[in-house]
Formats: sequence, structure tokens, C-alpha cells
Amino acid sequence: MTVRLITEQGTESADPAFTREVLGDGAVHLERCYQCQACSSGCPFAYIFDYAPHQLLRMVQLGLKDRVMESKTYWLCASCETCATRCPNDIEIVQVMDRLRHIAFRDGYTNQTPLPLFHRTFLGGVKSYGKVFELMLILRYMLTSRDIFKLSELPNNMKMGFNMFSRGKLAILPDKIKGTANIKRIFQQTERKNG
Amino acid sequence: MAESTTLKYGYYPGCSLEATAKEYNESVQASAKLLDVELVELDDWNCCGASSGHCTDPELSLALPARNLAIAEKLGHDLALSCAACFLRFKQTNHDLRANDELRQRIEQIIETPYQAKIEAKHVLDIFAREVGFEKIEQRVKKPLKGLKLAAYYGCYLVRPPKVTQFDDPENPMIMDNLLTTIGAEPVDWSHKVECCGGGLLLARTDVVVKLCNDLCQAALDNGAVALVTACPLCQANIELRQTIGMPAFYFSELLALALGVSENKFKSWMKRHIQNPVPVLKAQNLI
Repeated sequence: MTVRLITEQGTESADPAFTREVLGDGAVHLERCYQCQACSSGCPFAYIFDYAPHQLLRMVQLGLKDRVMESKTYWLCASCETCATRCPNDIEIVQVMDRLRHIAFRDGYTNQTPLPLFHRTFLGGVKSYGKVFELMLILRYMLTSRDIFKLSELPNNMKMGFNMFSRGKLAILPDKIKGTANIKRIFQQTERKNG
Repeated sequence: MAESTTLKYGYYPGCSLEATAKEYNESVQASAKLLDVELVELDDWNCCGASSGHCTDPELSLALPARNLAIAEKLGHDLALSCAACFLRFKQTNHDLRANDELRQRIEQIIETPYQAKIEAKHVLDIFAREVGFEKIEQRVKKPLKGLKLAAYYGCYLVRPPKVTQFDDPENPMIMDNLLTTIGAEPVDWSHKVECCGGGLLLARTDVVVKLCNDLCQAALDNGAVALVTACPLCQANIELRQTIGMPAFYFSELLALALGVSENKFKSWMKRHIQNPVPVLKAQNLI
């Protein structure tokens, strides 16, 4: 079922099934939001979001699936939990963000920000070694995101690399755990079809 | 006698403590030894999945910590953690598995080993401050850190979400401040104790991390601190690598071990690994 909504953007279609999917078993209590904006006031990242947290919550309530899923907000949210700690209605805002990220991985809303690439690179390393191998994470991420080719950032990145190497802060070789087969099976059992 | 009692825990250092934060690992272990706490490193532990885990899949984010918790449960001891980010993932796993037995059984299937969720995950700061206790620490102090004005920085995951971490007041925690007072230092009253350092945006949005870390350091400076004190390898890495102010930062365990009389050579080997040189602020108070 699709509902037509009149918003400041004109007429938009709303998808109640999307709202229901995010609400899930109801434990996030999204329905309680009355737009007090405590979440957005304290959010350290709101200034780089396209929608502030309280706006995103309202859009999820209304079922504006496309606008929500195409936004950068839920990817740029660093899950610092400031919002959820201060919410007077005890809404699990970070869990809402998590559900949006899970839907985004499944449905392919992964091009707005480099964060999905970071998460995939991070977990790819964990799947192979059982632990994070920081040097590989940094290099692989910087190559696939093409950040390594950003010339304006090159002096800063080289300085950081030098600082870390010269103080022995980066292991040169990976440390593989013995139970990597076990870890691989954990990943296989939890991987989502389109993840 | 309480004096001779040894506290014993399983120990999960976490990935960062093997490389970027080796000095954190060494100083936690040194402090534990000086306070008769036995830390038994878990055999073949794995990464907790960190933020990427819970952003990607709810079951994965529980299964990765649960594999480690199951190893600790077999040892028969509560689990000590040094990294605040790992700490939250482990607390969250116990929280969720205890609330839902079906989920606990599903996670047992995934990790292919039993886990009853009967043991606790504890941060080493909590173990030193609350289980060893300030009284015993005070008795053991050999070198009070007199005159050292410090900003105790807690960041996010020690204190938030409070119903999961159950650590301290989420807006104005005092446990690290009180520990610093116990070892003779002077924690300052300041505004950014629980502000975020930018966390997992370190690589993807360094511009944000630079801003947040500079805000932190400036706030600490404005309130009279000469250095920050952290209890998390990610906070420490962000602060040391990304700020442009030149403010040093210590791991709380380095200062604890110094006050408890760790050898100067060992302490200096930790200081050499810092990117923002912390030696001048210690020399200014004749502490090294």
C-alpha cells in the first residue's frame, strides 16, 4: 500500500510497510517522538547530516522511505549514543539508525557516503584474520575509497603514516587467530542475502 | 586479609592494544601487577566487530563478542577489558542475551559453543577503582603526581548507553577524576568529559574528527589542564593523531603505574610511543 503525502517538497509517496519494518518488535519506541529536538541539539555530527536526527525520525514515522534511505544521516551517525541517552521518551535512536543501515546494506543504499565501504573493509579483515590488521585496513580503505589519490591530503597522510611507523604503532605483519575457520562460519551464518 | 587477596579475571586486550595502543596494554598489565590483580589473557580471542559489526548485522554484532565471552566463561572468571569500544560491545551482548533466551541459544549455535551469559564484562578502570578500591591504591602510591592538572576524558562508550554500560553518571562521570585524585594528581572540572572524539569516522571523515578533537583539547586547555587522560585506544588515537593544538594525552593506566612506582625505564618506553610528546608536562612537575 502506498499513501500520498503533501509535504514541503510537494506530493510524496509514503510507505507504511517501511515504518513497520523500522519499528520491528516495537522495542525502539519510535512512535513516541514528539519533536522536542533534544537529540539534534546535542548531536556532535548534526552539522554534517542532510537531515537532523529529529527530522529523520519524523520521516521514518511518516514512511518517506526514499528520502530517508537516500539520506546520508544514518551513515554519518557515529553511534555515540548522546541522543538516545538524552531522549526524554527513551527512544532507541541509535538502534533506529542501525536498522536503517541494515536495510541500506540489503537494499543497496550504499553510495551516499564512504562509510559502507569502511564497514565492509573492516569486517573483511576480521573475516580473514579474526582480528583487525590496522595497516591493511588503512591501506585497503584508502585505495578503494581512492582517498590515497587525494593530493591535497597527501602531506597529512604521509605525516600520520610516518608518525605511526616511527613509534611502532603499526604492525607490519598480520596476526591470524587459530580459530579463523570458526570466525568464517560465524560470518557465513549471519551474512544477509544482499549484504 | 584483604591485602593479600588476588583478584583474577580473564583478559581481553582487543585489537588496538596489540599495535597502536601497545603502551596501553603494557601499562594496564603493569598496574594490575602492582595492585595484585591477575589478568589471564583469553586464548585465541577475536575482534569484537566494533561499530562496523552493529552497523552491518545484529547477530554478527552479538556473535563476535559472544565467542570471546564463552572462552572466558569456560575459564570461570569475569572478563576484564581495556578498550571502551570493545567494552560496550561485550556489555551489549550480555544485555541482549540475558533479555532473550531464544536469541542466546541462536548465538550459541552460531558460535558453536555454549554460553550461559553468567559472567560479567568489566572495564579495567572500573576494576581498579571499584574492586581494588581507592583505599588500597592510596596505600600503594609511591610517587604522588603532585601538581599535574589533568582533564579526565571518558568519551562515549564507557558511559553510554547508561542502561547497558552501568558505569557511572552519563553526563558527569567522576570515577576517573577520583582515581586521578587518589594518585595525587589534580583533575580539572571541565565541559567535554563525555563528548565524542569522532570515533569510527577516523578514516572516512577526518575533517569531523579534527574538529571534535580540537574542541576537546581546547576545552581542556581553557579549564587549566596540561593533558587529557583517556581509557580508550580509539579516543587516544583520534586525539593524538588529529588535533592541531599540541595537547598531550595519557592513558589513565600509564599515570596509575607511574604513581604506583613502575620502573622509570618502562614508563619512558611508553612515553616514546606517544605522538604528542607528554614528557615536558611531567618534567615541569619533576615527576620524571
